[in-house]
Amino acid sequence: MASKDDISNRQDKNMTATQSFYHNSAPPGLTGIKSWLLTHDHKRLGLMYLGVICFWFVLAMFLGLMLRTELMTQGRTIMDAETYNATFTLHGVIMIFLFMIPGIPAIFGNFFLPIQLGTDDVFFPRLNLFSWYLFMFGGLFAIISLFVGDGFPDTGWTFYVPFSINNNANVGLTVTAAFILGMSSMLTGLNFVTTFHRMRDKNMGLMQIPLFSWSLYATAWVQILATPVISITFVLIILERFFHIGLFDPDKGGDPLLYQHLFWMYSHPAVYVMIIPGMGVISEIIPIFSRKSIFGYKAIVWSSMAIAIAGSLVWAHHMFTSGMSDVSVFVFSLLTYLVAIPSAVKVFSWISTMYKGSIEMTPPLLLSLIFIFLFSIGGLTGLVIGSAGTDIHVHDTQFIVAHFHFVMFGGTGFAFFAALHFWWPKMFGIMYRFKPAYIGASLTGVGFIFHYIPMFILGLQGMPRRYYDYLPQYETGNFLAGFGGYLLVIGMVTMFVNLLMSFKQQVTAPADPWGGTTLEWTVPSPPPVHNFIKEPEVESYPYDFTKVAERFKQSGK
Amino acid sequence: MSSQIDRTGIKIGMWLFLYSEIILFGGLFVLYAAYLYRYPEFFAEGGKELNRVIGAINTIVLLISSFTVAASITAIQRNAKKQTIVFLVFSIFCGFVFLVNKYFEWGAKIHHDIYPNSETLVSGEPGVNIFFGLYYTITGLHGLHVIIGMILLSISLVLVIKGKVNSSQFSMLDNSGLYWHLVDLIWIFVFPLFYLVL
Repeated sequence: MASKDDISNRQDKNMTATQSFYHNSAPPGLTGIKSWLLTHDHKRLGLMYLGVICFWFVLAMFLGLMLRTELMTQGRTIMDAETYNATFTLHGVIMIFLFMIPGIPAIFGNFFLPIQLGTDDVFFPRLNLFSWYLFMFGGLFAIISLFVGDGFPDTGWTFYVPFSINNNANVGLTVTAAFILGMSSMLTGLNFVTTFHRMRDKNMGLMQIPLFSWSLYATAWVQILATPVISITFVLIILERFFHIGLFDPDKGGDPLLYQHLFWMYSHPAVYVMIIPGMGVISEIIPIFSRKSIFGYKAIVWSSMAIAIAGSLVWAHHMFTSGMSDVSVFVFSLLTYLVAIPSAVKVFSWISTMYKGSIEMTPPLLLSLIFIFLFSIGGLTGLVIGSAGTDIHVHDTQFIVAHFHFVMFGGTGFAFFAALHFWWPKMFGIMYRFKPAYIGASLTGVGFIFHYIPMFILGLQGMPRRYYDYLPQYETGNFLAGFGGYLLVIGMVTMFVNLLMSFKQQVTAPADPWGGTTLEWTVPSPPPVHNFIKEPEVESYPYDFTKVAERFKQSGK
Repeated sequence: MSSQIDRTGIKIGMWLFLYSEIILFGGLFVLYAAYLYRYPEFFAEGGKELNRVIGAINTIVLLISSFTVAASITAIQRNAKKQTIVFLVFSIFCGFVFLVNKYFEWGAKIHHDIYPNSETLVSGEPGVNIFFGLYYTITGLHGLHVIIGMILLSISLVLVIKGKVNSSQFSMLDNSGLYWHLVDLIWIFVFPLFYLVL
């Protein structure tokens, strides 16, 4: 394992000292708080997203912990049933709309996409700022919706009709919040696609683009393709609440199933908005710490695009038990199986990259390895519920809860932590301590397993999801899961505290602490306001480690 | 930031946005398709109650305004400021005429107790209720887009008068024009779906 001191010594002596983007504002002349709130700088916006999104994540994490604490014993433990319903709704809405979807693209995408493409900013910098404000307003609306109206919204994050329409709580406002957040995410996607095509360094061909940027591009397309569908669905909920048109009301000729179709037409692709950037992060980390070119670069690029396309055509696998026709069930089940192929291609590529590599253990790599393990379990259990026969058995049980947490949290969540540890020295110019990071990451991984594996078993035994109370035979499993939950939270808190402590220790990080090959490692940490001091030199292949290996050999590492 | 303005890039961004608007309406058209399949005869019945003459006039008004917007963009490229202003004012006027027609149309329907959750629709045939529910939702959303389009054109008009939009810098007008064409295009689909349905 590399120690922190080793890595701090890898100073690039040729790097001239320049002022970072913290010292210069864009547009120039802004000072103090204004230089942040009115900034057009993609790096500052990325950090502003980081601050807000971490706030939401921590909040929703504690809500989740409350939920599992409540379930640790039968009957009432710490809250009543109504509070429980509101809490899981809030946990879901915040985690999905305010953490998972914007998480990696809005923070690390904003910060690193332009740098990886060799340019100074995104194509529409002002639109980028506007997206951030939309995001803030969306969050604000979500908070307000809690306290106006008759009680907290308790529909679950899916807002299924008729409950979302007849409900006394202020669901309309919650839905408006989600609508605004959707718009923010769509505009970010639009910005990224345009940046990708128009701002890329002239010497960078399509097959010379770093994989994280490719994954953002695929994600951005899904955001543009799918988000308007959820927007119109939310508009319809609001209209139904105000005017009672009856488009989803069987008494008035409507069909509630159509709501579910419209909802999942967006929300299933949204799952890929959450996971594809995470896969991009892992595709950056694995080759660097294996000192070996990524295995199957083109296969990873195409699998990202394939997931984006195939993933848009599988939405109705959420509805196998809803009473739709057997033909649809068959078609959607088949398509769901097809999505597994490109995902498996990626896992295969990561493993093959490490094979016979010169592996150097660091916190980002450890987190990436945990990602691969947990994501594979999540993906494979996805096949259990993607096939219509077995889904009938486990539909709407704790099995589903465990499955999507393995993919969303074990996948995207750990990719987020990995990205945070990977790019932290670049974003802030300081290095954190490795030991607490390893301890935090391991605790989080172990806690995760303890937390969610019992839910798989509970689900197979028949315990439904979203229930406040349960039969005595489920108590052991639920108690164990709650115990794992505490371990998980302790692990995450350790990681975050360790990262925050690095501000106090102020150990300066070099421009390239890891031995990276993509453009962000050629600029100072933290980067100057226009990212590049001299014209970026684009390598003919983004994952060629020959130079890095030579540099290490010379410095005797 | 490069000092040169990348017009192609701005246009790509605008087209992506327009595309998302089409998907927005696409969700409603999916609902329309599903319900048309379920209630074909009631959709035909509902369609007959709509005033085809007003619908046709509105279609023509929008088509003409689309032409004048396109003409205004050509005019600004030729540096004919006065022409541009005339064309733009006329286009905004067309949008206004469209909305007035819509107002009378909706007014008449509401007067006949046909509006969401009205007594006639709730106690009547479910298929007819769905038809008018979709009619109000889709034309309402389209009307909102007409208003947004008019606002965009008005902003462009002000900028043209101020000289900030001119023959070398007309992306704002260009994109507002694109938006207006989108509004027109969506109406071209909405018109037959409601007024001319069998």
